[in-house]
Amino acid sequence: MEIVWTLLYMLVFPGFLFLTTYGMICEWVDRKLYARFQSRLGPPWFQPEADFIKLLSKEEIIPEAANPVMFRLLPLFALASVLTAFLYLPIWNTAAIYSFSGDLIVVFYLLTIPTLTFFLAGWHSTSLFATLGSVRNVTQLFAYEVPLLISLLGPALLSGSWSLSEMNQFFVERPILLLVNIIGFFVALIAVQGKLERVPFDIPEAETEIVAGSFTEFSGKLLGIFRLAIDLELVVAATLISVVFLGGSFGLHPVLGFILFIVKTLLIVAILALFRTVMARIRIEQMMKFCWRYLAPISLFQLLINILVKAWFL
Amino acid sequence: MKYPGKILPEVLKTAMKPPVTVRYPYERTEIPEGFRGKIHFDAKLCIGCKMCMRDCPAKAVEIEKIGEDKVFKATFYLDHCIYCAQCVDSCPKKALASTPEFELAHYQRDKLADIQK
Amino acid sequence: MSEIKIPIGPQHPALKEPESFSLTLEGERIIDAEVKLGYNHRGIEKACESRNYIQDIYLIERICGICSHSHSTCFVQAVEEIAGVEISARAQFIRTIVAELERIHSHLLWLGVAGHEVGFDTLFMYAWRDREAVLDILALISGNRVNYGINTLGGVRRDIDKEQSRKILEIIKQLTERTEYYIKVATNEPTFSGRLSGVGKLSTEKAKELGAVGPTARASSIERDVRRDDPYGAYAQIPFKVITDNHADVLGRTIVRVFELLESYKMLKYLVQNMPEGALTVKVPRRIPAGEAISRYEAPRGEDIHYVRANGTEMPERVKVRAPTLANLAAIREMLRGGFLADFPIVIAAIDPCFSCTDRAIQLVKDNGAETVDWRQLRDYSIDWHKKRGIDLSRI
Ligand code: SF4
Ligand code: SF4
Repeated sequence: MEIVWTLLYMLVFPGFLFLTTYGMICEWVDRKLYARFQSRLGPPWFQPEADFIKLLSKEEIIPEAANPVMFRLLPLFALASVLTAFLYLPIWNTAAIYSFSGDLIVVFYLLTIPTLTFFLAGWHSTSLFATLGSVRNVTQLFAYEVPLLISLLGPALLSGSWSLSEMNQFFVERPILLLVNIIGFFVALIAVQGKLERVPFDIPEAETEIVAGSFTEFSGKLLGIFRLAIDLELVVAATLISVVFLGGSFGLHPVLGFILFIVKTLLIVAILALFRTVMARIRIEQMMKFCWRYLAPISLFQLLINILVKAWFL
Repeated sequence: MKYPGKILPEVLKTAMKPPVTVRYPYERTEIPEGFRGKIHFDAKLCIGCKMCMRDCPAKAVEIEKIGEDKVFKATFYLDHCIYCAQCVDSCPKKALASTPEFELAHYQRDKLADIQK
Repeated sequence: MSEIKIPIGPQHPALKEPESFSLTLEGERIIDAEVKLGYNHRGIEKACESRNYIQDIYLIERICGICSHSHSTCFVQAVEEIAGVEISARAQFIRTIVAELERIHSHLLWLGVAGHEVGFDTLFMYAWRDREAVLDILALISGNRVNYGINTLGGVRRDIDKEQSRKILEIIKQLTERTEYYIKVATNEPTFSGRLSGVGKLSTEKAKELGAVGPTARASSIERDVRRDDPYGAYAQIPFKVITDNHADVLGRTIVRVFELLESYKMLKYLVQNMPEGALTVKVPRRIPAGEAISRYEAPRGEDIHYVRANGTEMPERVKVRAPTLANLAAIREMLRGGFLADFPIVIAAIDPCFSCTDRAIQLVKDNGAETVDWRQLRDYSIDWHKKRGIDLSRI
């Protein structure tokens, strides 16, 4: 019986089926808002699905110089890692389906895997633009990863637990402490924009400079899967932020908790959409400077606050 | 003051307003008066001087005599025409006129030869 | 890091027209750049020789989709000079009004493109949305949004009436407000201005040496503007400032363009309110007497030069066009050198290039490298090529 449940969790809810559907809804919300901010109409609700189906039906072209096995496997790796990460996140209540102490770090690194697959994908396609894109991918990784991790550590420190479920439970019991992390929340929002490679940090896929970066040589199904993985990454990142900084479901009744989950993730998607509307893409060296000079110190400052709060009040 | 997201208030205001996109073909903008669209030919006025043919930059108009009398027909090659309306200006008898018609695409090439008598 | 050479173009998302750039990179730094022209030759100059002057106006107008009026006015001015006709003051004013409206739509378009090139798509959408108003007014005046066809030999084809003048003033008011807002955004949004300042440097000396024109030159503090230096149309009668800037980078070029917008609004206001009465056209003979003329025109992108030689027939003997982009291309290499790869699109965009307007020379060399293909063979080849695809162009 156990195995049936596991499969159900993984494939239907909250796993693959739910996550892909919700990922596409989030993509639609993002695109629609982006369009409305720009005084455009925006796509209809089924556009992400239509795009995905179209990509699935298209011819797959693998460059002769590329390694075909890697080329085919990498999109699947990206997809699998974000799917796995989602299973460790509490959704409708404070406990995730799978949880152990230290899963925060696991989720964090599962979220890094897509970026690494993008890098490898670009590197393996051997084209110039893809190579440049993949170099930018890793360079950027070093810029946003540290502030993002430090900002996530803040709440973990406060709650004295490295498990997402326990952290969530801790904050549900003391919601006032969520306010302490407000700086970390914004740092995480900005850093996550870098992780998702969106404006102003869409440097690795800057269309006007290096065509599509790592994905330049990808087409058809493989590109479709990559794009799906990016959608899912958006959901996972939004859920992670909502669990860590916004108290997740607040331990309400599962149905209410689920509604809260939807509201919070969509809110975060909306904020991220706003971010990309109001800014221009910056250069890679400007991004490095920004992340190391401002974002990392700010997140450290947050950490300091948390240490002090913990020492005095808890 | 310099800060990122300068355009934010404008963006939020815009999101409240309806989009400016025109949902063509369900919705149409007004065609301005004097728009240079498909050319209309009035056979009653034409004297067959062929000034229009001479000045047409795209060789998109052909005037031919039909029958014995001074009766002419005009063929407009809609795929060649650049809708400059020079023929309208060149015609001494005002037999030609611009119309606001602009949706002239067709699947068959031969339908693009528009014969007016 | 070792040097790599990357090809940008002829097909590349940053380029709206085919042109080839070959960049030598060291990491993200550009060490050298090479510009290759000639992907877009259309044989317009040659084609002009087999059409009469009236037909040529429309052909010349289609050299560029954005500064169509610039080219046609430049050409018409040359022909009128040869024919020795003086057009009425009202016709001059109407030409100038359309010219300034065209400059406005071109600069707004540029602002949007600049936004897009650095990933600021919101600015792109807003600038183009506001540009629609100018296109609408142009359609109202001339009957078309893009190729206005307002010029004819000896004057203009359409008048601007009271109602249209009122609409122009209305739109100017609205656009002035918007432009002032864009100036605020462009200079105060750090992610945007940070991408522009210090990028694509072109010193005054270099700009002079390489013969830059238009906003590119004016942003390197060269005060050069045909409208003032060699006035045509109604420019001698209207007050205006030549905008210059000393940033000598892409930010400077942006500033020159946006302030030129404000200047154009003022000029338009003056033009519309002081329009003299007069006939629209004066008679010009169909056969232009033998002679030659050079005409200069300040297009939105810089100085446009047309040379026309007439031989007493209905058709010109030679037409030569020097589009502004050609003058600015030489400076591209200088601007790109030492910059970042990320700045490539915006540096190219900053001269507001129009590659297909520029490509007017072609040399086809057969496989063995010896023989060149002449005009007739080229024409036959193209007719044949199209015929195979079911389009018969032999009539033209
Ligand atoms: S509108 Fe222009 S192109 Fe069309 S038939 Fe008349 S003159 Fe020729
Ligand atoms: S110019 Fe006018 S009158 Fe002469 S042939 Fe053409 S349509 Fe007829």
